[in-house]
Amino acid sequence: MIADLPPGLILILGAILVPFLPGRLRQLYLLALPVLGGLQLYGLEHGSFAQTQIFGYQLTLLRVDALSVVFGTIFLITAFLNVIYGLHQRDAVQEAAALVYSGAAIGAVFVGDLISLFVFWELTAISSVFLIWASRNERAYRAGMRYLIIQVGSGVILLAGVILHAQATGSIAFDRLGLTNLATALIFIAFGIKCAFPFLHNWMQDAYPEATVVGTVVLSAFTTKLAIYALARAFPGTEILIYIGAIMTVFPVFFAVIENDLRRVLAFSLNNQLGFMVVGIGVGTPVALNGAISHAFVHIIYKALLFMSMGAVLHRVGTVKASELGGLFRSMPLTAVFCMVGAASISAFPLFSGFVTKSLTLTGVAEAGYVITWLVLVFASAGVLEHSGIKIPYFAFFAHDSGLRCREAPANMLIAMGLAAFLCIFLGVYPEPLYAMLPYQVDYEPYTTSHVLSQLQLLFFAMLAFAVLIRTGLYPAERPSTNLNTDWIYRKALPALVRWAMTVGAAVRDGVLARGRRRLERALVQITRHHGPEGILARTVTTGNTVLWVALLLAVMLLLNFV
Amino acid sequence: MIAAHLPALQIVLPLAAAPLCLLLRRGTLAWALALAASWAALVCAALLLRQVLISGPISYELGSWAAPWGIEYRVDAVNGFVLLIVAAVGAVILPYARTSVAHELPEEQHATFYTAFLLCLTGLLGVTITGDAFNLFVFLEISSLSSYVLIALGRDRRALTAAFQYLVMGTIGATFIVIGVGLLYMATGTLNMMDLAERLPPLAGNRTVLVAFAFLTVGTGLKLALFPLHFWLPNAYAYAPSVVTGFLAATATKVSVYVLLRFFFTVFGVGYSFEVLSVGKLLIPLAAIAILVCSTVAIFQNDVKRMLAYSSIAQIGYMIMGIGFATTTGLTAGILHLFNHAMMKGGLFLALGCVFLRVGSVRLEALHGLGKRMPLTMFSFVLGGLSLVGVPLTVGFISKWYLVQAALERDDWILAVVVLVGSLLALVYVWRVVEAAYFKPAPEGAAKVEEAPLSMLIPTWVLIGASIYFGIDTSLTVGVARQAAAQLIGGAS
Repeated sequence: MIADLPPGLILILGAILVPFLPGRLRQLYLLALPVLGGLQLYGLEHGSFAQTQIFGYQLTLLRVDALSVVFGTIFLITAFLNVIYGLHQRDAVQEAAALVYSGAAIGAVFVGDLISLFVFWELTAISSVFLIWASRNERAYRAGMRYLIIQVGSGVILLAGVILHAQATGSIAFDRLGLTNLATALIFIAFGIKCAFPFLHNWMQDAYPEATVVGTVVLSAFTTKLAIYALARAFPGTEILIYIGAIMTVFPVFFAVIENDLRRVLAFSLNNQLGFMVVGIGVGTPVALNGAISHAFVHIIYKALLFMSMGAVLHRVGTVKASELGGLFRSMPLTAVFCMVGAASISAFPLFSGFVTKSLTLTGVAEAGYVITWLVLVFASAGVLEHSGIKIPYFAFFAHDSGLRCREAPANMLIAMGLAAFLCIFLGVYPEPLYAMLPYQVDYEPYTTSHVLSQLQLLFFAMLAFAVLIRTGLYPAERPSTNLNTDWIYRKALPALVRWAMTVGAAVRDGVLARGRRRLERALVQITRHHGPEGILARTVTTGNTVLWVALLLAVMLLLNFV
Repeated sequence: MIAAHLPALQIVLPLAAAPLCLLLRRGTLAWALALAASWAALVCAALLLRQVLISGPISYELGSWAAPWGIEYRVDAVNGFVLLIVAAVGAVILPYARTSVAHELPEEQHATFYTAFLLCLTGLLGVTITGDAFNLFVFLEISSLSSYVLIALGRDRRALTAAFQYLVMGTIGATFIVIGVGLLYMATGTLNMMDLAERLPPLAGNRTVLVAFAFLTVGTGLKLALFPLHFWLPNAYAYAPSVVTGFLAATATKVSVYVLLRFFFTVFGVGYSFEVLSVGKLLIPLAAIAILVCSTVAIFQNDVKRMLAYSSIAQIGYMIMGIGFATTTGLTAGILHLFNHAMMKGGLFLALGCVFLRVGSVRLEALHGLGKRMPLTMFSFVLGGLSLVGVPLTVGFISKWYLVQAALERDDWILAVVVLVGSLLALVYVWRVVEAAYFKPAPEGAAKVEEAPLSMLIPTWVLIGASIYFGIDTSLTVGVARQAAAQLIGGAS
């Protein structure tokens, strides 16, 4: 392969040709690009290449080490699965945008300096918005606009941080930064926005469900995991991440349980999953970091699988509202099976991929002595089972029969889902290849009696509770009080507390927002008065007045200097 | 032989061609002559800059009269660069002018147009090349008078009032400059800039010199549309013919900025201008206000030409800010933006000229759905707009990068933020155009619109292409700008 060519660029540059190729050839070409990227990736040796100077700073477009290779690999695998999943469509915009977007994320993973990172960072934002706009309706346009503003905003904050950092240290190397001063804090916030930290997360649930069938699958893979990579690179062992991550794992659980749109449920659960990784990065011990990174790896696959299955339902039925679905296993048996594989993986059933990585993170947290965080994560694990593991397949494919009959998903979708499902099981049964890729040496055995037993206990009790609630009719989709958990206290007390906090929080937020909006409106009126087409600053001024200004300026200059 | 007379040829060629254009009468012939003259001027400018970069400043004594008494033409890295900008824009715009002028002006005015155009070019080149303060005023008047004519040729009746107001204001500006030059002559007894630079330092406390400085600053400020002396500019740009707007936006204000540079740094010296008189304290706030206020005003404009006119005032703010810093980085940013803004704003106005040719209006409503109907034109506009915003890989980014660096060097946070906020505001007004062109459907029953002819598209894309190319390969622009800045800061050279 060509020396020193970053694998991401193969996808980005390759995307240019996409609109010009006819049907079959285009499909082959689309499939070939990620494969080429993969070949290029495996031809690379560890080290820094493709360096160039700009503004007196050294840019490194290709920095190959264990961390970047893990993320690069999974991004390329996903890009490949996504291409298969999207083969049935004939939409050059989406295909090209997905390629550029994937390529930008892969490019970002391999850069070795912050300026190049910024460029790819913005490129992921700009290219991905087209996947949302490709739905071609007003809602998607607006959601995409909001998404774009937030994403580009993250880039601007990143750039500000980078400039400050370069000013302060003279270095733009993208290595461990640590949260030490304003510059790194800005960079941290920029990463946090993309990583959907609590209160910075709304863009995800807002935008992802509005994207196209294929678009959501593509979106779910890259943006947030790129942020996870960036955090793992720059801020490992930053303690605040532990608390941020812990909150991230918990709060989406409640939203996800009461949400009716199943793709939005998945978006919430995505948030929850990111929390596990963020905690792992925050703990920062080799075991925890390995846990976070491997979790990101398998998570991308099973999350994509779940989004794919919901996408297939949306493609065939036209809706993913839990209240309108049900009984689809008769029509789409294969999709149902694949969805359940994804669900089992995300719930960390033994023999599925989630199990071998989530337990790694949990062990890391426990070993480092964060007991409360550990408990929170265990609670959140049960929550995952509830909303992603059971709710998604149950309401879509089982529950009451909605009477919907449709065809099984298209063949290409089934192939993509099948491959993803295979990977989920393969890595669950045989995690050694994954462990071997991780940046730190792993001597961890997931399948010990205690691991398996405790996980099964957790899962079975959560399932039992679900079953009981369904039997007794206590689990309607719109009732928020059905957050099942391992412990009765949590089940009763915490939701109430959270509900109360949410109500108060919402009231405060609404108050602040309303006041802010009023202020903004007043300010806009003022601005329009002065700057608008008829405003004093935009009016055609008479010559006399202009001359007055001239005289005034002259007087000011003379006065300033005489005094 | 000829090489030795390049500085004179630079001026004489377009100057001699101008009356010939009038005599030729036929529009096409006049155009061909003007084209030839402008390309010759470009060749001269390129050769001059090359010579300067290789072997240092060139001094040329006009008519072999020795310097302090005769008129001296003096080319160094600073004005060599500005000469190249002006000549290049002129040479790129003239091929474009033919179709656009044929469409916008009646047949009998064509020869007049090209005459005035060449005179304006001559004036601008002359202002740039001359090393004599009074000669500078003369050339400034040549360029101004001809630009009043050019603006008044606009088809809109309001062009006349706009030109009249510009005439009054421009004349006041020129008068201020001549008063300033006169006062300098009174104090020192010389008009040659180098000579002035030598004789002025001992007179630092002299009131006459100080008043001269104030008059020169305000007079030049008027010509370059320094906020709040900019009121003539929006109307003049909005109602002038498309070609004229493109040409003036890319060159006239830039040359005035150069004049300001020349007086501040060469004639008065950086120490006098910025330490004794601290003119920076006046310029920087005005520049900051210009960036914020005029960008905001631009957002509310519905006439895109007017929108870009206000954006020009804001962009001039960037240059003035860089100059106001009076540091090498700041000056580099200012001079760099001089070039970069000429490329992108010239390209943008030319793209608008294409729209005007096909649609007959440049109001936002008229642009609805044009993204599909005139894809090449609108795409060039989008690229130019991105450059205005300062997106990486465009020239706008490069200028802003240096400007922000210069601000941070002084630990001036607020100004760095002002620059970035200005970019955001630019994003808003550029987006309004993009939204109209790409996201609004074409009005029902709209006439079919073709893409603009190649003779107009190519010049537009040359400028837009330059604003992308120099955003990626900055070695020429940054190199020259840095050398020019070092020269200016280093004192008289």
